[in-house]
Amino acid sequence: MRRPGLGRLMLRFVLSRIGLLVPTFLGVTVIAFSFIRLVPGDPIELLIGERGIDPERHAYLLREMGLDRPWYVQYFDFLGNVLQGDLGRSIVTKQPVFLEFLELFPATLELSVFALSFAVLIGLPIGILAGVKRGTVFDHTSMTLSLTGFSMPIFWWALLLIIFFSGVLKWTPVSGRIDVLFYVEPVTGLMLIDTLLSDEEGAFRSAVSHLILPAVALGTIPMAVIARQTRSAMLEVLNEDYVRTARAKGLPPARVIGLHALRNALIPVVTVIGLQVGVLLAGAILTETIFAWPGIGKWLVDSISRRDYPSVQGGLLLIALLVMTVNLIVDLLYGLINPRIRHAR
Amino acid sequence: MASIAETNRISKAPPGPLREFWHYFRENHGAVAGLAVVLVLVFLAAFADVVAPHSPFEQYRDAFLQPPVWQEGGSLEFFLGTDATGRDILSRIIHGSRLSLLIGCIAVTLSLSVGIALGLLAAFFRTAADALIMRLMDVILAVPSLLLALVIVAILGPGLVNAMIAVAVVYVPHYVRLARASAMTELSKDYVTASRVSGAGLFRLMLITVLPNCMPPLIVQATLGFSSAVLDAAALGFLGVGAQPPTPEWGAMLADAREFILRAWWVVTFPGLAILITVLAFNLMGDGLRDALDPKLKRS
Repeated sequence: MRRPGLGRLMLRFVLSRIGLLVPTFLGVTVIAFSFIRLVPGDPIELLIGERGIDPERHAYLLREMGLDRPWYVQYFDFLGNVLQGDLGRSIVTKQPVFLEFLELFPATLELSVFALSFAVLIGLPIGILAGVKRGTVFDHTSMTLSLTGFSMPIFWWALLLIIFFSGVLKWTPVSGRIDVLFYVEPVTGLMLIDTLLSDEEGAFRSAVSHLILPAVALGTIPMAVIARQTRSAMLEVLNEDYVRTARAKGLPPARVIGLHALRNALIPVVTVIGLQVGVLLAGAILTETIFAWPGIGKWLVDSISRRDYPSVQGGLLLIALLVMTVNLIVDLLYGLINPRIRHAR
Repeated sequence: MASIAETNRISKAPPGPLREFWHYFRENHGAVAGLAVVLVLVFLAAFADVVAPHSPFEQYRDAFLQPPVWQEGGSLEFFLGTDATGRDILSRIIHGSRLSLLIGCIAVTLSLSVGIALGLLAAFFRTAADALIMRLMDVILAVPSLLLALVIVAILGPGLVNAMIAVAVVYVPHYVRLARASAMTELSKDYVTASRVSGAGLFRLMLITVLPNCMPPLIVQATLGFSSAVLDAAALGFLGVGAQPPTPEWGAMLADAREFILRAWWVVTFPGLAILITVLAFNLMGDGLRDALDPKLKRS
């Protein structure tokens, strides 16, 4: 029997993973659809606000908006709109929710990218060293610290960072993305790039100093997770036969660790890094609220407290979609670097 | 003679499961420390009325924002200082331990029992029910936990009880997946087939034959889940949709304290420290439990 080619196998693998996402996405749309109908007050009352409305006009609006039809008709209507990118309008700003999300997303992206870079740059080397130097003082100290980081209530951690670095040392600003003195034309929406493009002097420095504390606060838990996972992956790999062989044939320790052990230890770590995206987005809700960072996390909290439920609904959908997409990419990457998964049915 | 008799007695009876467990658990110093902290917390929560020097709600009008005892202006009467309305921070933290332990217990019990029920269902009926349950769990996992909890609280309304429910729902998928996976492993073993052949009914198979053997990973997850529940409930309190003021819940206390962070560090520091210590203790204990209950690691 002929074995199917690698390309076909890969394609089948990718398609099967994407196929699994369809029911999940439909499930998320059901949740988002039900959300607006489950919150106290009907959609018309939410739109009108506290003022009140006479029953005739209420009934007219219900009919007008198609809310008097059976729920499944409404759901398919909603699904159709979602698939066309129409997530409704915000009650507060009257802007399309999708556009608001797109406008605010770069701020969250910038914050998350820096938080994750911080987490990887610190967590990975610590994990490798702790694994290699198992049982030493360094190992114990770094693992205690990372368990502490893992247990950290980041909303408190953020406040402590503000007290120390902004309050006592006066090194960094308390909140926001950039000093109010600067006006920077939004080009990419990423403040660091936009400030470099603008000719405002000192704007870039201001943007960096605003970014540091929130990125550290947000990156702390992922850093701890990455350090712990890297250590245990290193320990596992260092026990493998091929590492013993490499050592036995007299390769220098740095080469054994760097080439033979690390490359294999990184496979599970890549997955863990990918899975931090959900953690980052949840953390962004708290971090952005504390640092008044104008991203989607703060937008969601504000929308909930303003009872701007269409925005919450749209945000919920888009964030779930984002998490699912990143998980899919991580899954595919994992299959790509680890052939054992790719060929498993 | 006595010593020989002693040796004989020990060699005859293998150590009981509890003793064996303690033997392995004790080796992990962090876990023992975690357990000690948890016991202290339980004690504080149980006797908060006696232990706390003041009422958590009493406002001392001559002591607004008084610093802790070791700082200038502090007094022994308010050991960790007072908040902006003159309430004793130490007493509020001690009373807060009640709420945090209660939140953890209820949220974990809820999600553990729902998770076990759904997980066993999925493992025993590997058909439409399995697919439906697991896809539903995928949906819950696709939304970041805190966001989902916020959305649930928006539906149910803010408050401590609703925050607990929200936190419980968010963590159900972890238990479902674990229970299903371990139940499926157990189902393929001979003792289950034997029990089935000798005529055990469905509920007997589920709850008496299979479930006890699935418990170790679930217990570990429940301990770690306890810390996540405390953390998330505090986050909801901090965002103002969990426990409502003047409840001395640690997250809500932090929310109250936010505006004073640059003027009165103690108002912010101590409630957060209490959260950190509690969460850390449960995580340490969970790690120790995993080592003690995981047979694969035991042998090494």
